[in-house]
Amino acid sequence: MNLHEIAFYFFGFIAVVSTILVIVNPNPVHGLMYLVVSLLAVASVFFSLGAPFAAMLEVIVYAGAIMVLFVFVVMMLNLGETVVKQEQAWLKPGTWIGPGILCAALLFPILQLLLDGHQTPAGVKEVDAKAVGVALYGPYLLAVELASMMLTAGLVAAYHLGKHD
Amino acid sequence: MDLPSWITQEMIDIAIKVVQTIVILLGLVISAAWMIWLERRLLALWQDRYGPNRVGPFGLGQVIADMLKIFFKEDWTPPFADKAMFWIAPAIAMAMMMLGFLVIPLTDTIWVGDLNIGLLFFLAIAGLAVYAVILGGWASNSKYALLGGVRSTAQTISYEVFMGISLMGVVMLAGSFNLREIVHDQQATWFGFIPQWNVFAQFLAFLVWVPAALAVTHRTPFDLPEAEQELVQGYHTEYSSMKFGMFMVSEYVGIVMVSALTTTLFFGGWDVPFVENEGWFLSFLSFTGKTFFFMCAYILVRAALPRPRYDQIMAAGWKVCLPISLVNLLGTAAVILWTAPGATA
Repeated sequence: MNLHEIAFYFFGFIAVVSTILVIVNPNPVHGLMYLVVSLLAVASVFFSLGAPFAAMLEVIVYAGAIMVLFVFVVMMLNLGETVVKQEQAWLKPGTWIGPGILCAALLFPILQLLLDGHQTPAGVKEVDAKAVGVALYGPYLLAVELASMMLTAGLVAAYHLGKHD
Repeated sequence: MDLPSWITQEMIDIAIKVVQTIVILLGLVISAAWMIWLERRLLALWQDRYGPNRVGPFGLGQVIADMLKIFFKEDWTPPFADKAMFWIAPAIAMAMMMLGFLVIPLTDTIWVGDLNIGLLFFLAIAGLAVYAVILGGWASNSKYALLGGVRSTAQTISYEVFMGISLMGVVMLAGSFNLREIVHDQQATWFGFIPQWNVFAQFLAFLVWVPAALAVTHRTPFDLPEAEQELVQGYHTEYSSMKFGMFMVSEYVGIVMVSALTTTLFFGGWDVPFVENEGWFLSFLSFTGKTFFFMCAYILVRAALPRPRYDQIMAAGWKVCLPISLVNLLGTAAVILWTAPGATA
């Protein structure tokens, strides 16, 4: 194994473990902190795959902005004992059946991709910011336009919600 | 002298780099610690007082005395606090501010990390630094601390938005996120007498960057998260001893870092105007001199300006600074497209 692969598996392992801890942790703020760790680990995975620009965007957008808003909301909810008990009642073993089946269905395409043999070794080529820009405004221009329209819709909705009557 | 055969040139290079990194980061922390003295002396000067002048020459030993005192104070964790988060918050504060300095080149040859994504790295670090304040405020389990944490979160998120956008103009001019290349891009002069610094070419971006930089380091007039009159001490109300010390020193590390970044991005970094091939010593003097100037400017801002109301800060961010930075972004892009060779092809 070369250095890239060791880094990939190391940070991949951290990402998986911390994501599991997000789900099983009863304290929501601690869970969110594990999610931040998970996102940082995924960013490191991107690094090891030779995509520093994507890695930095992952940290700036997800770990630095979206998760901060999550924590911001969750830490204001000091829910107390009754709500904890209520949520424990929701999480009976029976409730896991539906999500379990859906996740198993998603596992198939992933396994197929893994076993297909179309593998490229990690970190062969560095995809820098310029390459990402060229790809976004070349072959993926339509996707960029659609995403911007969706963001505009979100902006309009936020403006409407924040309007004083 | 003959070296043993197992020592390769690569290992020597790595060792030199490691030593250089340690020296730079130690220098950063030490200058940040002595900035506490600088701030107290300068504030005193501007307010017609003496300030701390008893310990050592000019009172320079005051910092050592304060550090000794803060080390030996009782390190108390409140019983109602969330222990893990309470302990990790000051560490995040300190670590993030020091990591931010990693990408800043002191001269063309003296730097820690020469990242191609240098500026993005700084923005990511600035984003993660918020967690120190959020977690400190939440884990303290006290209403003043929580209010401080909430204020700080909202303020930092709002100000980071246009800070990132305003810096993109600088990136476009240099064509790179790499801070060394951004400095190289500012070496020339216009008409032979105006240095080609970004503060002239990107004046709107600079106007927006100054309040954003103040807000990121939580300095007056943007120190709402720790406004004494309303919130006792804000997010670090419950902290004592060295944990409080880490919050405090991290604030000063942040000031040194942001001053160095202002120098690098807008004032030509290590560049000395009208001098070709400065050499490392002159470059270093130029860089540290400019950085020191901005550190003093930070203190002057604190001495001169009162603290605005919270809603005024948020309104100024979203309604004034954000539009300015967007206009600057569009204008810069238009000018670059207009003047780029082969733009129509």
